[in-house]
Amino acid sequence: MAVLVIADQTGGALSDNTHKTVSAAKAIGGDIDILVTGKDCKSAAEAAAKIEGVRKVLLAQSDDLGHGLAEAVEAAVVPLMGGYDAVLTPATSQGKNFSPRIAAKLDVSHISDIVEVVDASTFVRPIYAGNALETVQSSEAKKVITVRPTAFKAAGEGGSAAIEDIGAGDGAGATKFVTEEIVKSERPELTGAKIVVSGGRAMGSAEEFQKVIEPLADRLGAAVGASRAAVDAGYAPNDYQVGQTGKVVAPELYIAIGISGAIQHLAGMKDSKIIVAINKDGDAPIFQVADYGLVADYKAAVPELMSALG
Amino acid sequence: MKVLVPVKRVIDYNVKPRVKSDETGVDLANVKMSMNPFCEIAVEEAVRLKEKGVVTEVVAVSIGPAQAQETLRTALAMGADRAILVQTDADLEPLAVAKVLKAVIDEESPNLVVMGKQAIDGDNNATGQMLSALLGWPQASFASKLEVSGDKATVTREVDGGLQTIEAPLPVIITADLRLNEPRYASLPNIMKAKKKPLDTKDIASYGVDTAPRLKVVKVAEPPKRGGGIKVETAADLVAKLKNEAGVL
Ligand SMILES: Cc1cc2nc3c(=O)[nH]c(=O)nc-3n(C[C@H](O)[C@H](O)[C@H](O)COP(=O)(O)OP(=O)(O)OC[C@H]3O[C@@H](n4cnc5c(N)ncnc54)[C@H](O)[C@@H]3O)c2cc1C
Ligand SMILES: Cc1cc2nc3c(=O)[nH]c(=O)nc-3n(C[C@H](O)[C@H](O)[C@H](O)COP(=O)(O)OP(=O)(O)OC[C@H]3O[C@@H](n4cnc5c(N)ncnc54)[C@H](O)[C@@H]3O)c2cc1C
Repeated sequence: MAVLVIADQTGGALSDNTHKTVSAAKAIGGDIDILVTGKDCKSAAEAAAKIEGVRKVLLAQSDDLGHGLAEAVEAAVVPLMGGYDAVLTPATSQGKNFSPRIAAKLDVSHISDIVEVVDASTFVRPIYAGNALETVQSSEAKKVITVRPTAFKAAGEGGSAAIEDIGAGDGAGATKFVTEEIVKSERPELTGAKIVVSGGRAMGSAEEFQKVIEPLADRLGAAVGASRAAVDAGYAPNDYQVGQTGKVVAPELYIAIGISGAIQHLAGMKDSKIIVAINKDGDAPIFQVADYGLVADYKAAVPELMSALG
Repeated sequence: MKVLVPVKRVIDYNVKPRVKSDETGVDLANVKMSMNPFCEIAVEEAVRLKEKGVVTEVVAVSIGPAQAQETLRTALAMGADRAILVQTDADLEPLAVAKVLKAVIDEESPNLVVMGKQAIDGDNNATGQMLSALLGWPQASFASKLEVSGDKATVTREVDGGLQTIEAPLPVIITADLRLNEPRYASLPNIMKAKKKPLDTKDIASYGVDTAPRLKVVKVAEPPKRGGGIKVETAADLVAKLKNEAGVL
């Protein structure tokens, strides 16, 4: 049994999502190798080599891989699959973009967004916005899986695996990268943050969102999230969206401010350890999942919260 | 130029899904069903391309039970020109859906496929990517902006840290994200007109594609419920609880 884990890295910095996916691979069992794809990302391969329990790190670099083009990642992975029984990728937008292609090329199912490994061929995954948990069993020769990182503990460090450069693969073919707008932030990354402060439609404007949500997040060292309504209205950028179709978070503390708690939003945060809701409507559904609810106008409550934090 | 839009009939997004007590699935009996919201966005985008004069024909296709005709009629009422129902009562996995769609595409030869990024029931977020890989056509997933000019598509995509723009020659597979557009409501006259638009029904067997399930569903269970919380009176109480009781500050 051998499992390939595809690393999550940006600009040579290895994301913790990789360590969490390695834990899922350990639950499946067998030898674990990590493939790092990107451009100028040797440092990520070096970090991956330190993850405990890893046999070998493979490094594939090219411009197309640096832009994460799905066709290029698929072309780098598929030829390796002769040597592996399973390939696991963190269920980030990037992972969701290429992983199903690998399954299609291998003519096997794609097992999306698993939250538990029952045994080497049985997995649990949320469906219907997390309102049901489906246990599926695969008898296929190869398993192609995306892993919900928040559901697994990060594997530890202390390994010293060898790094092998495997070249670039075939590239993305006809698909060309044009530009990107990536927001650089000093705040912790949303999906891995210990604390998340999210704002909803109640903010009413981007200025208000920045004035209310961001200072509180910075005071707590938290990442900033948002509801779909807040993102659609332009109060917050798209990559802040938490929910069924946005990012899934499970921090120690999630603070929802002016968010009603639609099932699509809950799908992205209800596995948080502690949930706090501030909403002026005492009947808002968010209070059904909140450990601590404060029925109040955020305009008064957030400044009071800031001063109570000192 | 022709665009194909695969649409799926799913539980309405306003309905809270309930797991069956025998844990074999989600109870869909007497539940309101609608077009998957991401598919609505895909139909809207295709119809807008037609209104802009970029495409000449919008063909909606659904793979599902006889009732999926309603979903196709909705697509027709939004502005699709004709529809194809590939009829089956089986629950198909994304790979099977992608294979059937490929067979439909082999017959229809569209220049563009616009589909949803994710169906809100299976939540697989896989079918478009699989279809692209099977066809060897370029893939532009999670689109929040699409421009088609000449034989090229330029697509802005929602990615982990923001937005990415890519371009690809046609034919190409686009999967729609939430912010691609706001779908229209079909007007009553258009709903009436849609009843007269062509809707072909085909038996899934006629495509000769292997759609047998690969995965076995062991069970479908209710997720663990969160214990009831409490209401606090003031922000100061909240901070005290978070520090002393929850220990998260
Ligand atoms: C296919 C699909 C996918 C979706 N995916 C997602 C997703 O991934 N993530 C997501 O979040 N949503 C998603 N949604 C949208 C979801 O259904 C809701 O529309 C959305 O979450 C609502 O956002 P909100 O809570 O900010 O706004 P609202 O529901 O409008 O709630 C605003 C809340 O603010 C409160 N409020 C107003 N003023 C104040 C004040 N002064 N002080 C305190 N409280 C106040 C109100 O009482 C209300 O509860 C999706 C929907 C669909 C159809
Ligand atoms: C093991 C297993 C058990 C299942 N159990 C159930 C169950 O109990 N109840 C149930 O209702 N379903 C069940 N299904 C079906 C499953 O929920 C999905 O419908 C199926 O796997 C397709 O995935 P998806 O819709 O999440 O695809 P996604 O990849 O999320 O869909 C993306 C897009 O693909 C297109 N698309 C997808 N399906 C179709 C279609 N049929 N016709 C046209 N276009 C389409 C649409 O444009 C859609 O927006 C089961 C599937 C599997 C694999």
